[in-house]
Amino acid sequence: MPEPLLDIRALDAFYGDFQALFGVSLSIPAGSVVSFVGANGAGKSTLLKSIAGLMPDKREAIVFDGEPIGDHPAHDVARRGIALVPEGRRLFPSLSVEENLMIGGQLGRPGAWSLARIYELFPVLFERRKVPATALSGGQQQMCAIGRALMSNPRLLMCDEISLGLAPIVVRDIYTRLPQITSTGITLIIVEQDVAQALKAADHVYCLQEGRVVLEGSAGAVTREAVAAAYFGV
Amino acid sequence: MEWVNTIVQGVLTGGLYAMFAAGLALIFGVMRLVNIAHGDLIVLAAYVALVVTETLGFNPLISLICVVPIMAVVGYVLQRTILNRTLGDDLLPPLLVTFGLSVIIQNALLEIFTADSRKLNAGPIETASIEILPGVSLGILPLAQFIIAVAVIGLMQMVFYRTAMGRAFRATSDDQPVAQLMGLDNRHIFGLAMALSLAIVAIAGVLLAVRANFDPSIGPARLIFGFEAVIIGGLGSMWGTLAGGIILGVSQAIGAKLDPGWQLLAGHLVFLAILAIRPQGLFPKVQ
Repeated sequence: MPEPLLDIRALDAFYGDFQALFGVSLSIPAGSVVSFVGANGAGKSTLLKSIAGLMPDKREAIVFDGEPIGDHPAHDVARRGIALVPEGRRLFPSLSVEENLMIGGQLGRPGAWSLARIYELFPVLFERRKVPATALSGGQQQMCAIGRALMSNPRLLMCDEISLGLAPIVVRDIYTRLPQITSTGITLIIVEQDVAQALKAADHVYCLQEGRVVLEGSAGAVTREAVAAAYFGV
Repeated sequence: MEWVNTIVQGVLTGGLYAMFAAGLALIFGVMRLVNIAHGDLIVLAAYVALVVTETLGFNPLISLICVVPIMAVVGYVLQRTILNRTLGDDLLPPLLVTFGLSVIIQNALLEIFTADSRKLNAGPIETASIEILPGVSLGILPLAQFIIAVAVIGLMQMVFYRTAMGRAFRATSDDQPVAQLMGLDNRHIFGLAMALSLAIVAIAGVLLAVRANFDPSIGPARLIFGFEAVIIGGLGSMWGTLAGGIILGVSQAIGAKLDPGWQLLAGHLVFLAILAIRPQGLFPKVQ
């Protein structure tokens, strides 16, 4: 068993007095594609925010590449090679498309991804590189958000709800490009409400419900019925 | 011709007001911090320049090579040690803390330098002038100050929209958590923004001190001029701030021409009128 890239050990997370995660433990091997599924409020986004350093956590609760980083601030976590595509894309509205990508690359981590590679992956971004990020369509914004995260040449890329608010055809278009991303050796975590999509894209699936992992398994072994049961808690 | 002269002088003064405003606008734009101590920091810069010119014997304009870096370091340290702690969802703590800072700076200057008014002497350049039209002459010094102001504003506009640092400022201003996901340490970015703001304050302080008498109590009035210029111009671009400063300067000059007692009142009235008719300013931020 190789050392996992990301190891989460009994992670609790709180918003004030409200506890959003209860003792979540999981470990993600390098090079894998993992998906977190679950209903609204199950704690998926909180889990990603915790990993990215946007939530205050215990140091030992999150171990990345052998180092405990639970209490590190987000900018330091990013420097270590964890990138998050946030829910709702959250591009910088006063920056152009190209500037959004460049700010993603400002850490200067070496690796396969550059402006040219991003434009190759999403040619439409090249055509629209000069416009403000807000002028893009929803799907293009999602591509830009993924490109922005890739520009930091992360070892772990986390995508929160890529399909949110997008037409099915656009979602399919984005998902067909994920293999081009993982082929560069990036470990990928996808948070997804669409269970079929999640099972298709991932090697391993975790189901969250009310802040706890209630089901996990390799994507081939987990049935849709079992996921549905875990999803709704019936 | 007299009126042309009045307006030209107003424009030149407006350049100085735009400099007061530029640092304020930068700080508010990047971190939503309203710096009540801004005017007193301008006066502090003037006194730093006074000390530099008196001890090293520099011409005030040459003293900028010392005053600008000193004030930039003051800005960075101030931000990292005090002001960053006040930032959050609530706008009140930074207001209160910078208000306190304003009181402290005024009183410290009063203790050290007394209430006597001082002036920096720039030498013969102060009285030199050129006649551009019959009856309209421009003082070389006010003209140089205006040119410096335009250059500083142009430079800031370039830093903001053409450099990696400006990109980081804009990204942090847009969305702090996501900017941190990009590896930007907002505490450091805010420190840099304050350093840049106080570098501009340093130039404004020296220009002010060469042009007129100053004493420890004049800061708050400079703050008001700066605020008015920012609000008239809107937060859309630095050029708007320059326009705001010029409008304020010209209004004051015209007011003073009508009746010397109306100088400040005219500026405030024009400011109020613009606030009433166009509260977003002449060049608002478009989003």
